[in-house]
Amino acid sequence: MATLARLQARSKSIAQQYYYRNSVVDIFRKKENDAAIKIQSWFRGCQVRAYIRYLHRVATIIQKRWRGYLGRQQYQVIVKLAYYTMKMNLYNAMAVRIQRRWRGYKIRKYCFNYYYLKEYLKAVSETSDAIREALEEFAEMKEREEKKADLEREEKERDYQARKMHYLLSTKQIPGIYNSPFRKDPDPWELRLQKAKPLTHRRPEVKRKRSICLSDWLACTSARSFPRSGILPPIDRKRCQGPFRDISEVLEQRYKPLEPTLRVAEPIDGLTEARAQLQKQEWARNVNDSFCHFLPIIKTKNTFRQCIYQANMVLMLMELNISEMKILRDGSVTRISKLYCHHLISSQNMEKCIQKLDKLYKGSRTSSSVRLYYSLSMADVANHNLHFY
Amino acid sequence: MSQRQVLQVFEQYQKARTQFVQMVAELATRPQNIETLQNAGSILLLLPLLLDVVPTIQQTAALALGRLANYNDDLAEAVVKGDILPQLVYSLAEQNRFYKKAAAFVLRAVGKHSPQLAQAIVDCGALDTLVICLEDFDPGVKEAAAWALGYIARHNAELSQAVVDAGAVPLLVLCIQEPEIALKRIAVSALSDIAKHSPELAQTVVDAGVIAHLAQMILNPDAKLKRQVLSALSQIAKHSVDLAEMVVEAEIFPVVLTCLKDKDEYVKKNASTLIREIAKHTPELSQLIVNAGGVAAVIDCIGSCKGNIRLPGIMLLGYVAAHSENLAMAVIISKGVPQLSLCLSEEPEDHIKAAAAWALGHIGRHTPEHARAVAVTNTLPVLLSLYMSTESSEDLQVKSKKAIKNILQKCTYLPALEPFLYDAPPNILKHVVGQFSKVLPHDSKARRLFVTSGGLKKVQEIKAEPGSLLQEYINSINNCYPEEIVRYYSPGYSETLLQRVDSYQPLTN
Repeated sequence: MATLARLQARSKSIAQQYYYRNSVVDIFRKKENDAAIKIQSWFRGCQVRAYIRYLHRVATIIQKRWRGYLGRQQYQVIVKLAYYTMKMNLYNAMAVRIQRRWRGYKIRKYCFNYYYLKEYLKAVSETSDAIREALEEFAEMKEREEKKADLEREEKERDYQARKMHYLLSTKQIPGIYNSPFRKDPDPWELRLQKAKPLTHRRPEVKRKRSICLSDWLACTSARSFPRSGILPPIDRKRCQGPFRDISEVLEQRYKPLEPTLRVAEPIDGLTEARAQLQKQEWARNVNDSFCHFLPIIKTKNTFRQCIYQANMVLMLMELNISEMKILRDGSVTRISKLYCHHLISSQNMEKCIQKLDKLYKGSRTSSSVRLYYSLSMADVANHNLHFY
Repeated sequence: MSQRQVLQVFEQYQKARTQFVQMVAELATRPQNIETLQNAGSILLLLPLLLDVVPTIQQTAALALGRLANYNDDLAEAVVKGDILPQLVYSLAEQNRFYKKAAAFVLRAVGKHSPQLAQAIVDCGALDTLVICLEDFDPGVKEAAAWALGYIARHNAELSQAVVDAGAVPLLVLCIQEPEIALKRIAVSALSDIAKHSPELAQTVVDAGVIAHLAQMILNPDAKLKRQVLSALSQIAKHSVDLAEMVVEAEIFPVVLTCLKDKDEYVKKNASTLIREIAKHTPELSQLIVNAGGVAAVIDCIGSCKGNIRLPGIMLLGYVAAHSENLAMAVIISKGVPQLSLCLSEEPEDHIKAAAAWALGHIGRHTPEHARAVAVTNTLPVLLSLYMSTESSEDLQVKSKKAIKNILQKCTYLPALEPFLYDAPPNILKHVVGQFSKVLPHDSKARRLFVTSGGLKKVQEIKAEPGSLLQEYINSINNCYPEEIVRYYSPGYSETLLQRVDSYQPLTN
């Protein structure tokens, strides 16, 4: 217990002693600690620095490598681009060459022909010159015509003057004004006066009878009352070109009378008409051309042909109606009836013949019937001849 | 006995009336009397005499009224106010041909002054009666009626339409074919007045078949008729391409070119007007005219005339050259440019100068060849002086400026450009210097000439704002030369040299 007490009493000093003994160390401890820390930190620092150096070196290597890689990549891109550009430039240059040639060709062939233009301009200038010349000629011609017209007018004027002053002509005895004896030649007016015909007095003008105009006797003068023809004159009617023939010749030709040939001039039934006319004349003159009364009676041979002709006629007669026969013209009736009669006579049927004749010419008062009677009777009386007409 | 005395009174009165009317008609022929007649109130006195019983008095009164109304539009208005027109129109339909002529003369005299008076005539229903008069047998009546219709139709399109609606056009075409020259003239002039207002009216006239007749009548020797025919054809052709082609199809070329050599000035003018109206529509028509040698003929015609007669020819050259460069070249080789520059310098009137400047501008604006052809004749200084002169009208200034600009933009003929360096205003100088800057880099001879003629010196003296187009041009010119020469010619170089002399210390031996 005592120790304890003593310890307890000394505890504070022990504590202090303990503390002081420990703290001695502590005095140096801090210093030593600090020193140690310094050394350690320095060393750690060196370590770290070495490590960092190492890292730097390595990082540099990595970056170097990486940058080289990137640079090479860029370089490749650039090279590619440059190559591409170079190729494109080449292509462009070639394309330009082609296009240049092609454009030149196209323009020259299809759009613009330089030589044609030059020719055209030359042609235009030639045309201009030609037109200028032509117009100059035209103007000159017009001037000449005008001058000529003026000269002619003056000539006419002078001629007219000469005609009016015809009395100034010189006679054999008295020389005129323009023919002075002191002159070598007579004045040209003198010659003109000699050529001129004297002017006669103007005859009193026959007053031309005013042609009666439509409006003079019509109350309504408007042209609409008299409708014109619907056809208007043709627009581009050119005047007829001369030279023209003499009008009398033309009229002669136009109104030339018809001069037909003999064949054309005759009518188509001219022959029958002529015969008829002749017959009429004969009947009128009562000409009897039959020689049966004057010549000796000669028996003539009855030829075959004539027989047939007569037979035919007779047959025809028989077929004909009596009224029809009357329509026939006189000549033919008499001829046919004559033949009929002769046939009857030849058949020696006198009675029958006369009876037939009576029937034929019942009531008819033609002279032919009388004559037939007469001839018939004469023939019968004379003999039984056949007369051929 | 008293009956005779009574009748004598009436006879005296009639004689007095006749004398009055005849004297007034005679006095009205002289212009100095018209004032007095107007103040004396002759119109009011003549109006009742138009309704007189005796036909001679009616006719002479109508003649006197016509002469009075012809002179002055106040008198014409007085005639209209006197309410006599309906009566005139009515008697126009009824009376004999002398009265018809006189009445048509009155209508013409009234109708010619203004559109309102012409409208008054149309409102009276005069057109139908006038058209009926066109069918009359007497050529004098036809002439008077056609003249009146022409004067009415002259004013505006509505009146022309009214005339056409009255059915005048076919009858006028028939009048053209009549043998009397005076009637032909008047009928053609009436048709020309109708056709000039609008394309539809011109088409109506053409549909009546008038072009063939007009084309034939160009060959007629009468000068006044030719004037009217050419004027009618040009009025028809001016409206549209189709009408111009129809006129050309009537085979007027090359006959029209002979009219350019006619003695009468107005025939030449109308012929060149006709060609101009045809050429201005399309390049093909211009080509046709060039191929027919029309351009050369017109150039000769310009050379032989003076004054206003030349104007249509000058405009023709401008129109032809404006269409395409080949046509402009054709104008150049037909020797058009010397003629135009002559017109430009010697004509006193501004509008003709303006037309010549315009034409030259169109010729020179296509390619450097064309510009060279214009510049060689020394017209550019003339144009410049016209532009700068204060006496020129505004139109002339504008046209010459445009011409100069157009020609300069293509001109590479340096001797002609050099004078411009000295006396051109800034806006033109810009173009001149621009042209130099285009030409000089490529041509060494031109560079030498430029230096020796003092052009480089002048260019250095030009003050230009830095950055402006002018400065760029000047820079590009300066780049063509070595630096010493540029410095040598720059202004103030002599001073700098002298300064150097001043500051130079000679080597002391």
